[in-house]
Amino acid sequence: MKNKIRIGCGAGFSGDRIEPAIVLAERGELDYLVLECLAERTIALANKRKMADPTKGYDPLLERRIETLLPHLVKNNIRLITNMGAANPIEGAKEIIGIAKKQGLNIKVAAVSGDDVISDLGLTNDDFRKFGNEDFALELLNKHQSPVTNNQSTIISANAYLGIEGILEALQANAQIIITGRVADPSLFLAPMVHEFGWKTDDYDLMGKGTVIGHLMECAGHITGGYFADPIKKPVEDMDNLGHPFADVFPDGSAIISKVEDTGGIINLQTAKEQLLYEVINPFEYYTPDVIADFTSVKIEEIGKNQVRITGGSGTEKPSTYKVSVGYKAFWQGEGEISYAGPAAYERAKLAGEIIEKRLKSQFEEIQVDYIGISSTFDIRGFDFAQPPISEVRLRVAAKARTQAEAALIGEEVEALYTNGPAGGGGVRKYVNEVIGIVSVLVDRNKIKPIVEYFGS
Amino acid sequence: MKLYDIAHSRAGDKGNISTLSLIPYNKSDYGMLCEKITVEKMKKHFAGIIEGEIIRYEMPNISSLLFVCHDALAGGVTTSLRIDTHGKALSYKLLEMEF
Repeated sequence: MKNKIRIGCGAGFSGDRIEPAIVLAERGELDYLVLECLAERTIALANKRKMADPTKGYDPLLERRIETLLPHLVKNNIRLITNMGAANPIEGAKEIIGIAKKQGLNIKVAAVSGDDVISDLGLTNDDFRKFGNEDFALELLNKHQSPVTNNQSTIISANAYLGIEGILEALQANAQIIITGRVADPSLFLAPMVHEFGWKTDDYDLMGKGTVIGHLMECAGHITGGYFADPIKKPVEDMDNLGHPFADVFPDGSAIISKVEDTGGIINLQTAKEQLLYEVINPFEYYTPDVIADFTSVKIEEIGKNQVRITGGSGTEKPSTYKVSVGYKAFWQGEGEISYAGPAAYERAKLAGEIIEKRLKSQFEEIQVDYIGISSTFDIRGFDFAQPPISEVRLRVAAKARTQAEAALIGEEVEALYTNGPAGGGGVRKYVNEVIGIVSVLVDRNKIKPIVEYFGS
Repeated sequence: MKLYDIAHSRAGDKGNISTLSLIPYNKSDYGMLCEKITVEKMKKHFAGIIEGEIIRYEMPNISSLLFVCHDALAGGVTTSLRIDTHGKALSYKLLEMEF
């Protein structure tokens, strides 16, 4: 058994920068590299691509990431764990094998699936239980009678958040690259800890500690000064070259989080605390498929430049259900924007907003009118109109529509302000997007089993 | 004085819930934040944005507070018409609070 393993995190979302992972693989002396690339809605969009082409549905950046990373992974003997499989881990694995062959490299890839519960697992509506107060999810699922054949259905994906099980199996089978569909983010990190240190999966204290480390790492740059910097109060150096983190994890479930020398960013008490609390709904009970972790005993210490030691944390028995995220076609969103600047900028923008609202309110149930620069991100009550004159305002109008054509009306109306609205408006932009909504339900964990398949080059 | 002068914050999102951390730069300010930044004060400050319940967690282990704010994202991240659907900027709305 090793007395330490080093796990790097080279991506915290699908669109993350490519090169921090390469720096980690090249110079990080890693044992494992994790790329976390699945936000809530990513998999629903991926499933749409898979429906259009059954060989697609994995992360669109997979090819670029793997082509540049693979030589370093092989040379430095680093194992990669990633959820870039999205809606199609098997095709993603085949794509990786194709790249390896082209580069003349010999690797074993494992695809972990089984998270997709929309296809043919024989789940009935009774298997879906209410999660929180999302009655709406159940209503959708009840309407969704024959998932495979009914193209009119509004549901486009339903994926369970799997835990470490499938990844563990693949690690034991010596796969060098493990590509998964939906897996809870911390599980991507916990799996190699369990594998290397021989932790028992019902040792919930260790599962909790490992989950804390995974949670701190899963957003990559979030703990190295990314999404943290504030030039006045929290300056961060060299953000154009932000380093992503690695964790030295020890068999007792403690860790030291750091980053590669000569990369930008900062790791300190502040960055670690911000990330520990990020997206936590209850710090006493942080639910994952592996454990219900307790963050209230976690200790963070600064032990050197860009080095924090993480100790503590605990956990209790894993939940008897998996959380399943259901993606559905919600509505079409139409948007239009126009700018007003100079004297009476706000007054003119406001007149424009009023004109649009009057013209559209009978047709649309929900219209959002924002004055960017004044009241678009916060509520208008927070704005002090006694401040110096406003030099520039951008009007934004957004509304929900049933059809694409109806949604397009919003932008068309804003554009028509050019000849029918207040003086001096400029820079119109129009947008129409189909909005995919996500709701969650719970499914008995016995109904869902991870599937692991292997591919070689 | 504004919270911005003594503390930092990051907003997170889950469905229609916004999570807001409040972390003092100096550990010694933690007790004072516990005393002054109450759920009532939060509700008033976020009127018009957070429509549901706010739960405050005290975390003495890291000298930080966590506010879990329900019905805070205009229906939820994926279906909100707001420009900042995730409520990412709400952390700085919190730091704007006078106390």
